[in-house]
Amino acid sequence: MSNTIIQAKNLNLYYGENHALKNICLDLPEREITALIGPSGCGKSTFLRTINRMNDLIAGVRIEGQLLYRGEDVYAPGQSVTDLRRRVGMVFQKANPFPMSIYDNIAYGPRTHGIRSRAKLDEIVESSLRGAALWDEVYDRLKKSALGLSGGQQQRLCIARALAVKPDVLLMDEATSALDPISTSKIEELAVDLKKDYTIIMVTHNMQQAARVSDKTAFFLLGEMIEFGDTETLFSRPSDKRTEDYITGRFG
Amino acid sequence: MPRSRFDHQLETLNTELITMGALVETTIASAAKALMEGDRTQAKRIAQNDSQIDGMEKSIESLCLKLLLQQQPVARDLRLISAALKMITDMERIGDQATDISELTLLLGDIKTPTVMDSIGDMARATIRMVSAGIDAFVKKDLDLARKVIDMDDEVDDLFVRVKEELIELIRQNGPFCEQAIDLIMVAKYFERIGDHSVNIAEWVVFSITGEHRSSGEETV
Repeated sequence: MSNTIIQAKNLNLYYGENHALKNICLDLPEREITALIGPSGCGKSTFLRTINRMNDLIAGVRIEGQLLYRGEDVYAPGQSVTDLRRRVGMVFQKANPFPMSIYDNIAYGPRTHGIRSRAKLDEIVESSLRGAALWDEVYDRLKKSALGLSGGQQQRLCIARALAVKPDVLLMDEATSALDPISTSKIEELAVDLKKDYTIIMVTHNMQQAARVSDKTAFFLLGEMIEFGDTETLFSRPSDKRTEDYITGRFG
Repeated sequence: MPRSRFDHQLETLNTELITMGALVETTIASAAKALMEGDRTQAKRIAQNDSQIDGMEKSIESLCLKLLLQQQPVARDLRLISAALKMITDMERIGDQATDISELTLLLGDIKTPTVMDSIGDMARATIRMVSAGIDAFVKKDLDLARKVIDMDDEVDDLFVRVKEELIELIRQNGPFCEQAIDLIMVAKYFERIGDHSVNIAEWVVFSITGEHRSSGEETV
């Protein structure tokens, strides 16, 4: 039985008048992959973004209830958002490499956190790129612009960049939806490899991806968390009719 | 309708399964009738039904594989398709065993052991009831009926023991029916196996409805 790393307790989120997350209660296990699924606008990305406080940037957002990371409320006064985001990294739908070299993309985070030693940075760049299964493809062009990489490579670069600050949790928001099948499959394999050391929470619209990669799945609908359980069970015999109707493509 | 093509394909699968089930039901009923009445002409026709059943198994199997490939089904769709793939194997085996019974009917000639034939008749009727109920449970998605089929197997097993004991007695008497007795024990065994295949079908019906499959008293999946 895995330990809970992220815990939502009666979590509510409002975008102004819009009640976007309704009383979410969810315990996410450590070093497993959890998939968040549901139709567009169901709140799955909003929930993902509450975990590293990305919603703080949106005007008019109000949060009630608790979101605990290793038992600590991430919204408690005095919590450092920078520190939280170092521990809870994020990869987005569209790869967003900085317009700088591959090396500097990876070294950016560690430098921000005060690492100056060239040897240390070299080590972090290599281990992060290896961790993201990109090293073999780029080791001889680390000083070239990251923008010259393919879409799939750019996405793995973003994963490497997230790994460079040694996070604990990796949030993936539709991280493969813009990629071709081969790049998608590389990132899926990478995610499965990474769960040895990291907890991964991924939002995906691809049911087969959720079924293939994740250990647990949570189904969201209209801001509510409808069903959460072992992925295999949820995709073979879901307990809620709404889950069944969604995953079989009857709506959404 | 977001999935009308898929729904149409599933409807086709359902219809094909019902058609195959009905053919299997007719075939085993005809094989039993030919056996009881010593009707050689009818017994010869069973093999034709069997090749039709084999053809249906192939076509349903290929439809299921196409659906797995094209639709990557989940939940109840996945359960229906995987249950279909398993059920057609059992239905095909019932067809084979009906043919085996008919071949023995042709060998048996005039049967002059009325007591044993009464018991085999009881067994045939009980088995046919199981096949029909198993297929009916699938058609109507009737969980209770499927569970009844599983329970009905005990009756067929008891009848098999009765037939076996009667045949042993017949052989012990060392009368003119010894050779027939050997063929009849095989007939009885085929009926008993058909009962087992009906149980398998019923278990897959339960699986397609509930997602739980009972096998040897253990739950899997």
